[in-house]
Amino acid sequence: MLRFIVRRVLQAVPTLFGLSILLFIWVRSLPGGPAYALLPENATAEQREALRRAMGLDDPVIVQYGAFLGRLAQGDLGESLQTGRPVMTEFAMKFPATVELAVMAMVIAVAVGVPLGYLAARRRGGALDALVVGGSLVGICTPVFFLAFVLKLVFAEHLGIFPSAFRQTPGIDATRITGLFVVDGIATREWDAAWDALMHLVLPGLALSSIPLAVIVRMTRAGVIEVLGEDYVRTAEAKGLHRRTVRGRHVLRNAMLPVVTAIGLLSGALLAGAVLTESVFAFGGIGQFIYSATQTRDYPVLLGFILIIAAVYVAINLLVDISYSLLDPRVRVR
Amino acid sequence: MPARPLLAVHDLAVTFTQRRRRDVRAVDGISFSLGEGSVVGLVGESGCGKSVTSLALMGLLPPRGVQVSGRALFRPGGGDAEVDLLSLPTRRMRDLRGRELAMVFQDPLSSLNPVVPIGRQVTEILVRHRGLKGAAARSAAAELLERVGIPDPRRRLSEYPHELSGGMRQRALIAMAVACRPRLMIADEPTTALDVTIQAQILELLKELVTEEGTALLMITHDLGVVAGLCDEINVLYAGRVVEGAPRHDLFRAPTHPYTSGLLRSIPRLDAPRDEPLTPIRGTVNDAIEWADGCAFAPRCDNYAEDCLGGPPDMREERTGHRFRCVHPVHGRAPGVPEPTATQGGDR
Amino acid sequence: MAARTQRIDRLAELTAARREEAEGRGVWREAFARMSRNPMAITGAAVVAVFIVVAVLGDLIAPYGPTEQNWGDEVFPNRNVFVGPRAENWLGLDNLGRDQFSRMVIGARQTLMVGVVAAGLGFTAGALLGGVSGAAYALGGAAGRRVDTVLMRVVDMMLALPSLLLAVSIAALLGQGLVTVMVAVGTAQVPIFARLLRGAMIAQGGRDYVLAARALGARRRRIALAHILPNSMGPILVQLTLSLATAIIDAAALSYLGLGNPDPSVPEWGTMLADAQRFLSGAPQLAVYPALAIIVTALGFTLMGEALRESLDPRLRK
Repeated sequence: MLRFIVRRVLQAVPTLFGLSILLFIWVRSLPGGPAYALLPENATAEQREALRRAMGLDDPVIVQYGAFLGRLAQGDLGESLQTGRPVMTEFAMKFPATVELAVMAMVIAVAVGVPLGYLAARRRGGALDALVVGGSLVGICTPVFFLAFVLKLVFAEHLGIFPSAFRQTPGIDATRITGLFVVDGIATREWDAAWDALMHLVLPGLALSSIPLAVIVRMTRAGVIEVLGEDYVRTAEAKGLHRRTVRGRHVLRNAMLPVVTAIGLLSGALLAGAVLTESVFAFGGIGQFIYSATQTRDYPVLLGFILIIAAVYVAINLLVDISYSLLDPRVRVR
Repeated sequence: MPARPLLAVHDLAVTFTQRRRRDVRAVDGISFSLGEGSVVGLVGESGCGKSVTSLALMGLLPPRGVQVSGRALFRPGGGDAEVDLLSLPTRRMRDLRGRELAMVFQDPLSSLNPVVPIGRQVTEILVRHRGLKGAAARSAAAELLERVGIPDPRRRLSEYPHELSGGMRQRALIAMAVACRPRLMIADEPTTALDVTIQAQILELLKELVTEEGTALLMITHDLGVVAGLCDEINVLYAGRVVEGAPRHDLFRAPTHPYTSGLLRSIPRLDAPRDEPLTPIRGTVNDAIEWADGCAFAPRCDNYAEDCLGGPPDMREERTGHRFRCVHPVHGRAPGVPEPTATQGGDR
Repeated sequence: MAARTQRIDRLAELTAARREEAEGRGVWREAFARMSRNPMAITGAAVVAVFIVVAVLGDLIAPYGPTEQNWGDEVFPNRNVFVGPRAENWLGLDNLGRDQFSRMVIGARQTLMVGVVAAGLGFTAGALLGGVSGAAYALGGAAGRRVDTVLMRVVDMMLALPSLLLAVSIAALLGQGLVTVMVAVGTAQVPIFARLLRGAMIAQGGRDYVLAARALGARRRRIALAHILPNSMGPILVQLTLSLATAIIDAAALSYLGLGNPDPSVPEWGTMLADAQRFLSGAPQLAVYPALAIIVTALGFTLMGEALRESLDPRLRK
């Protein structure tokens, strides 16, 4: 088991290393080169020349890449052109918001998607099945940012049930510990603050959950349909086990295996979807910051955030692979 | 054989219905019976309806798209009370399955849940039907595995199906089947997916278990060699109907239906002269015609005559307990067909 | 004797009905036949057909030019009140007094182009990458496996980025524009095609018929092109159909992020939808039309893709 984990970690290293090369090339190929890209558009020629020298752009490429890696190792990804703060600091400040939102979306997707997919599979060909399959297709085909806008318009602006923006009502007096507002509220027993933060999560969470929900529903349905036809389910029935046992231990457990893998891949869709959702709800996470970075051509932020997100994404998939191997003994052997 | 059989199947028919497709009648009125502690074989080529018959008896056919008719009277616990397996409510069927009725399937690998340890798959039936718990269930499971000849059973309990060999997997499945000492065990091609040497071991094990526990066994197979060494009575199926049924010695000595006689002649024999060719039955199962039009075997039959197409032939009985469904039966001892010596195990 | 012939004819007749059902047809022909009976496929194909007709014949259908601000004076004085559907403008006016229906019709062409070019780019590059990789793995021995490992590392790197972020970084590199959107969205699809084709080819490479062809001494290139490749196309053709939908949706997202088409004379649904967000509370119809158009079109492609997947799935064949 330990060997399996170590091997998977080692496999991830070259991927990330290669990615750092790609991104390095990427910054160097930006229109006008990094010296242009890293300065505001109204910078003077002298400023650019100064920056070129400061960045060592006249050194050989290998030396430059070495220096880039050296800074990377120290966690130095440069400074944001928008705020002037180090990219790493910005990320650390904004990441908890996105984590909280992504977790909310994933919780909605799994909590709704798995039972719905299961029921659709049991009543295959029925009205519920048609509704679930049709609904999930529409969900996949709806642009996330449009859905976010519609939810905001209807439930926040017209009906006023949920707040329309931010992570917490401005001016609320809450203690911050982890940066995950709901968790902080519960930890400090500031129930009002926790509830308030949770309410702020509902609409962006729903918008962000649309694609994972659609995917999980479909995968659960397909998985259950496939497993129901397996010989071992028939064996379980032949043993006269209670319906509960057959469904839980033999059907659902096997049907969930592909869904677990999908959750890993979907975390990527969540990080990308956060860019769209957060900007609609002014949520203040990394997604919104990437959005504003694309608007203002804040390349250090784009480069740094994308690199960190790739690392996070690889790490999540690593965790998923490991938990998959706990669920399915067959993978451990190889 | 007691006056009343343990299981009596009357006119079992199974039809698969699908929207926008022609109905498929997989089993077309099968009748046979099985006495307490006896071993009965259902023999036929693939597609003759033998597996569907076993699933129908276990109540394991899918709930939709299937029509089952007929009766299958079973005496739970060997008592006087009779229940009809085909019309029993699901709840009561669940109570019978695993405890009174057990089944061993063809492919041991796909019939075991890949992500649940073997031990758990054995104990779950003990928990369900014998009310055992925790350590008691585990040691009972280990005993069962030992009983079916799995070495080092304690260690095997925590292993997964893919870590066992094919023969061991089938032994584990048999352990689950005999866990509650059922009255009736159905074995559907239990040796087909196994190596020949393992096949013999598994058949030997089945024979040993049914003899010692007094369990009745319904053996479903395409292999006459398997039934030869094991069964008291044999029913030969063709295109969803029993075409011949007889005690073992009767059937092998005097096959009456051309199909049975053809099956026997197509078995390679060691004592036959080397230049004597095998005589396979012409054509394939797909050449069958509807029973309503006449004998389904007619297109492949050597004794075929015009009156074979006059509707379904009736079941006739010549001598006691020797039934056949044919207008032009093969009479007397089939040429060159002595009873095959059992290829697996000795006589029962 | 006559009776005997008659009997044989009767038998042949009775067996023929059974035979017909058992006989198989070609995989693709069979898949197509099954699709033409599948309501999902028919609906999808109908939507896509309408979309393509509108995209091709847009100029003939649109009553006005997409940039003509014919009714500018009706809109400018009171910016928050927009003219809704009426006899001369079926879908009303946009925020600049242009005919919304004409813009939607003309916009179909750009949207189709973005989808087709992006999906085609992803398909071609991905199939090339995956095809070389898969063929090398399946037939190339130890050296082939090394080639495969190197190529798949590159694909893994692309997969290490969520596809929309990959598209965003490419778009940032190329600058704003329609070409950017197509290249970015297309590139983001490359690793998916590569992985799918490689997986299918490796699976086919292990099949008995490939071993048989090798045993008969067929050349590797011929085995790869004539045997393995045609039998491995199913999954990526399904993906191609689904990609057309994804491309249209992702292109809309890039437009929303301000990386899309800046040229107002060439309307495109994604850009229209992104622009209309500003007026969503005052004039939701401006956003709803392009949004619905995108959803329905994407749905059309997705339905076709799903139906194709189902019809090629051997487990679902009866």
